[in-house]
Amino acid sequence: MSEAGLIDRPASAGRLGLPRPDAWTLAALGAAAIVAAPVVAVVVTLVVPQGEVWRHLAGTVLPRYVANSLWLMAGVAIGTGIIGVGTAWLVTMCRFPGRTLFEPALLLPLAIPTYVIAYTYAGLLDFPGPVQSALRAAFGWSRGDYWFPQIRSVGGVATIFTFVLYPYVYLLARAAFLEQSVCALEVSRTLGCSAWRSFRKVALPLARPAVAAGIALALMEALNDFGAVQHFAVDTFTTGIFRAWFGMGEPVAAAQLAAVLLLFIAALVVLERASRRHARYHHTSGKWRPLPRYQLEGVRAAGAFAACFIPLAIGFLVPGAVLLVWAIETAPSVIDARFWGFAANSVILALLSAALAVCFALLLAYAQRRRAGTAPVVRIAALGYAVPGSVVAVGLLLPLATIENAVDAAARAWFGISTGLVLTGSAVALVWAYLVRFLAIALGAVESGLAKITPSVDGAARSLGESAFGAVRRVHVPIVRGSVLTGALLVFVDVMKELPATMIMRPFNFDTLAVRTYQLAGDELLREAAGPGLAIVLVGIVPVIVLSRAIARSRPGSRA
Amino acid sequence: MILQAILICNMRLLLVPALFGAALATAAQGAELNIYSARQEALIRPQLDAFTKETGIKVNLVTGDAKELVQRLKAEGANSPADVFFTTDAGNLHAAKQLGLFQKISSPTVEKAVPAHFRDPDGMWIGLGIRARPIFYVPGKVDPQQLRTYEDLADPRWKGQILVRSSNHVYNQSLLASIIAHDGPEKAEAWAKGVAANLARKPQGGDRDQLRAAAAGEGSIAIANTYYYAGMLASSNADDRAVAQKLKVIWPNQDGRGVHVNVSGAGITAAAKNKAEAVKLLEYLVSDEAQRIYAEVGQEYPVKPGVAWSPVLESLGEFKMDELSLAEFGRHNAEAVRIFDRVGWR
Repeated sequence: MSEAGLIDRPASAGRLGLPRPDAWTLAALGAAAIVAAPVVAVVVTLVVPQGEVWRHLAGTVLPRYVANSLWLMAGVAIGTGIIGVGTAWLVTMCRFPGRTLFEPALLLPLAIPTYVIAYTYAGLLDFPGPVQSALRAAFGWSRGDYWFPQIRSVGGVATIFTFVLYPYVYLLARAAFLEQSVCALEVSRTLGCSAWRSFRKVALPLARPAVAAGIALALMEALNDFGAVQHFAVDTFTTGIFRAWFGMGEPVAAAQLAAVLLLFIAALVVLERASRRHARYHHTSGKWRPLPRYQLEGVRAAGAFAACFIPLAIGFLVPGAVLLVWAIETAPSVIDARFWGFAANSVILALLSAALAVCFALLLAYAQRRRAGTAPVVRIAALGYAVPGSVVAVGLLLPLATIENAVDAAARAWFGISTGLVLTGSAVALVWAYLVRFLAIALGAVESGLAKITPSVDGAARSLGESAFGAVRRVHVPIVRGSVLTGALLVFVDVMKELPATMIMRPFNFDTLAVRTYQLAGDELLREAAGPGLAIVLVGIVPVIVLSRAIARSRPGSRA
Repeated sequence: MILQAILICNMRLLLVPALFGAALATAAQGAELNIYSARQEALIRPQLDAFTKETGIKVNLVTGDAKELVQRLKAEGANSPADVFFTTDAGNLHAAKQLGLFQKISSPTVEKAVPAHFRDPDGMWIGLGIRARPIFYVPGKVDPQQLRTYEDLADPRWKGQILVRSSNHVYNQSLLASIIAHDGPEKAEAWAKGVAANLARKPQGGDRDQLRAAAAGEGSIAIANTYYYAGMLASSNADDRAVAQKLKVIWPNQDGRGVHVNVSGAGITAAAKNKAEAVKLLEYLVSDEAQRIYAEVGQEYPVKPGVAWSPVLESLGEFKMDELSLAEFGRHNAEAVRIFDRVGWR
């Protein structure tokens, strides 16, 4: 970040020769510490020797877990990259039948929790399921007479994940394409580039931070998943964490595995950043005008339609329809007064977490922009996304309860009163866990937006007398509104779907839609689980549509 | 604009955590009982409601995964709000005891109602409902005379026939732990290896999925807990009934130690603030009335001798149960997991 010096006034040296920390940096460091605490608690376990457990794991199952995880990552990265960028480019830059419908609809798979989609497809496509049963009945086959793709396999999981997770790439890539000035593209066309070439050589490289952020989110989501891979009988690294912890009763070994996973992901992030070298992605032109969309006709239009329809169908329409049928079947027994209570709990938690995550993300992203030295701290704070929810929950629970118990003991000793546990087991701790888990999403969105504002804008705002806070509020946030909304939307939907941390940390008599879905689906009552599952989807759709429109309008100059 | 709306909305919602705090405060008052339960809410709610009706003691509930709730109890320590911990499987109960999360249950009523081998030897937890883990088979494809013990499952004649869930699940871990306790670790490992070689497919899904796969012809032998099979037999869903009707049960080891059985059970937490109410609850749960509800709602065998079984369980017939102390499952759990890893039973 060589431009840091441009953004900030020359750092005045403190007594120790270090730059004197200002209020913004201190606030950001404080926020990062709050979010990073559980992750750090996990990483510090690495210093405890656990040789025997490691030898056992490495000698038996670990190689398979690692291989599965790597294949899964490769499949998800390639799949979500192609589908996400391709569909984003089509709906943003081209005109074809259905485009305006696809623009918001392509986000819909986001609203379906991965465990729900896993249950649905496994139920449809495995051996006793309706598809294979119908085939056997129609052709008189029995086991071994025919070949059918094994849905419960690494390939099956990677395929399903691709179709649920591509919206992360689609969202960020589309926001990036929308925020790009067309001038750069038009210049490339006047210099003789074909439409394809100007996409490949200009638009895509400019959108690279956003695409990389989107793929990183999809990968972390895939890596920390436990419910879906478990249901698909695929053992990944996360299976290893659960097995060490809950199967062998070795929490330290489990935390160490989690730490290794973290370091691996951190290495990936660093590699991606290093590969950009000194490239910067600021817009150098302030000229905006409506996008001149390429009109697609005939075969090309049909191809574009199919390219958008297939991911939508596999990721949303088919599972959505199955859920709907089941939900209607079981509605009388599932929809009652308590059901609305679950829904209210889910929405409140999601709104609160989304707002907090965006505020934290702005705080951290802007601090990083002002002082490059804070970058490593910001990255550590964002690592929680790669940690399985239950590991975050316990990583948070242990230190929090320890501190509260110590406070309680001290209060008893000195004042004879018991403070008990105030935060542990409350909704506050739960929201904290969501922040740890999902800050990376908001941060990725906000950062990719801020990256496009040239540092001279910061300088101009500050030299015109704005404080750091004023500059962010009156200059940066309005410019990157689309990215900020994207971040808020993603966190909202993710909290709606979040399961493991909610299960562990929630207060008494407090269930969410996700918990309810899991309780029913976990007992293999898939049909009954469809009601609350569908409710998560429906509640998730509303902000998806509202915010998708807001993002479309967020294009600079669109209302001018 | 929308962002502003969201922010304003959230300013109001800041009140919400305060409300949760209030809820927690009331939970600490008397005549209430706080429960952490690894059992499905649907399976214990009827008993709890009946208890509240009878005693006027309000019950607050958090459900979750057993191992995760144990971690929560451990983290909360002496200030934990939980009074009672419910879970399935003696392996889980033993783990909680080992971590010092339980206190001794001193109640003559409970001791009289629950046979000794379904209780912790030190009185730290009790079983409340019994489930067996027998073998199910497709009539016509399997001769039940050739499959009379768990040990027979390792016979190569069943290659490609056995359906069973993943070894990640505690039910399989406790089954192997019981074999370790009876036959020793070497024989247990050879057994697990033999069964792993006979699997019809990579272990996947839950117990009901094994029954469904057997009925559909993916294999001919399934290992599953009795309440899943009984639940499907009694299901309102015609597909589930059809699956269960295609299968028959084998009660293994009837000439020897008996069928592997396990319990769902509970203990009073070491941190319990409402100990008297907790004892009352456990005493209620081993009463004839509550034991009948256990049998009806969850298709479990009552732990209290003399209480009637559900009609479906009755139709499956009586069998000899393994009387090995359930505490053994917990003792051999870690060894069982390692054996599964070594023999490649995922």
